Amino acid sequence: MKTGYKKVLLIMPSKIIARGIEAVLSELGEFRVDGILSDLSHTSEARLRNMDADVIMIDPVVFDYVSRMNVRNRISEYSTAAVVAFKSIPMDEEQLKQYDGVIGLYDDPVTVVKKLRESISSREESVDSEGYDLSVREKEILVCVAKGMLNKEIADFYNLSIHTVITHRKNITRKTGIKTVAGLTVYALLNNLIDPASIDI
Amino acid sequence: MTTEIQRIVFSESMKLADLIDVNFKLLNVLSRMGISLGFGENTIQEVCERQNIDLKSFLLICSVYTYDGYVPSAELLTGADPATIVDYLHNSHSFYMQKEFAGLEVELKAMVEPCDATQKKIVARFFADYKAQVTNHFEYEENVVFPYIRALMAGQRQQGYSIDQFEENHSNIDETLNDLKNIVMKYLPDTCDTILRNQVLYRIYRLGEDLLKHTLIEDNILIPMINKIEE
Repeated sequence: MKTGYKKVLLIMPSKIIARGIEAVLSELGEFRVDGILSDLSHTSEARLRNMDADVIMIDPVVFDYVSRMNVRNRISEYSTAAVVAFKSIPMDEEQLKQYDGVIGLYDDPVTVVKKLRESISSREESVDSEGYDLSVREKEILVCVAKGMLNKEIADFYNLSIHTVITHRKNITRKTGIKTVAGLTVYALLNNLIDPASIDI
Repeated sequence: MTTEIQRIVFSESMKLADLIDVNFKLLNVLSRMGISLGFGENTIQEVCERQNIDLKSFLLICSVYTYDGYVPSAELLTGADPATIVDYLHNSHSFYMQKEFAGLEVELKAMVEPCDATQKKIVARFFADYKAQVTNHFEYEENVVFPYIRALMAGQRQQGYSIDQFEENHSNIDETLNDLKNIVMKYLPDTCDTILRNQVLYRIYRLGEDLLKHTLIEDNILIPMINKIEE
C-alpha cells in the first residue's frame, strides 16, 4: 500500500463500538478506519462503491435476520474488499461462514489486527478478476447470458464449474452495475458483443 | 465524521407549507392524497380535516417519505387507517402508470432518436418489458391485495389468504429500473443528446426513490397494520 496503512470501513449501528475500534486500530498502526457507516442505505451504497476500502468490517445486525445470509453477496456487488463480520450479539454460526473473518466484541487488539490481516489474504486468493473492464472470459459469459443460456449450460459449454460461472457473473454485475438478464442483453447489444440478428428482439 | 440529520418530527399543528419546505418530495404525496395547492397558512390538521383525510395515516406516509429507516411507533400504527393507506397506494399506482411511465417513455424515445434502428428497438423493448413487469405487480395488488384489505376492514375475512402472501417481487422491479439507469448513463452511444439523457436520468432517480418509499409504505406500514387486524 502506498499510504502505509490499510483502509477499513466500518458498517455498524453502534457509534461507541465504531469509535472504540477506530481508537484500537489507530494505536496499533497497519490498519486505519477510513469511514463509518451506521447502515446500508442508498447513500451509503454509493459511498461503499467509491471508498476503495481494503477491509469492510460489518456488524450483521445492520441486516434483519432473513437477509443476514446474503450480506457477503450484497457487498461484493459494490466492493472487492475483504468482508469481516463484527459479532456484537450471539449469532448463528451458519450466517458467519460467508465472511472472510469474524471478530468478536471481546477479542484483544492484537487478535483483531491478526484477523484483519488474514481476511485480506484469504480474500486475495478468491478474487481473480480485478479492475473495471470486462475480461475476455467475462465477455464470453455475458454473451451466453444474453442469449438466454442457463449457468449449467454455460458451465458445460466452456468446461467450467458452475461455481466459476457464478463468480464470473457476479464480477460482470459488479463491473457494469447491471443485474437483470434483460439489462445484460441490452449491454451486450449496445457494445456490439452480439449480433442483433442472432437473438430475438 | 458522520453527522446525524437533525430529526424534525412532524406534528399536526405544523403548517402544511412548512412540511413541504422540510421535504419538497412530499408534493407528490399531497397530490396523491387529493390535496391541492393554495392551502395558505393552514396546518396539517386543518387541511386533513377539510379534505376528510385520516391525520395519523397522512403523518405516517409523510414520515416514511422523509426519514430513511423510519419505523413507526405501535401507537401510530394502531391509530392509523388502513383504508387511507390503500387509497394512497392505489392513487400512487395510477400516478406511476399515467404520469411517470408515460413521461419516461416519451423522454426515452426522444433520447434514442439519433441511434440506429436496432438500438432504438432494444431500448424500447427493454422499457416495454419493465413496464409490463411493473403493471403485473400493480395489478396483483389492485386485484388481490387491496380488495382483501377492503373486505377485511368491512369485517369480512376472505378464506385462504393472508397478508403474508403479499408477494415480494419489488426487488426485481428496482433492479430493472437500476439497469435502465446504468444503460442510459454508461452505455448508450454518445450521439444521444446529453440534456435529454440527463432528463431521463433525473426521472429515473426520482422515480426509483419514489418507488422505494412506496415499497416501504407497503412493508413497514400496511403489512404490520393488517397483521394486527388479522390477529
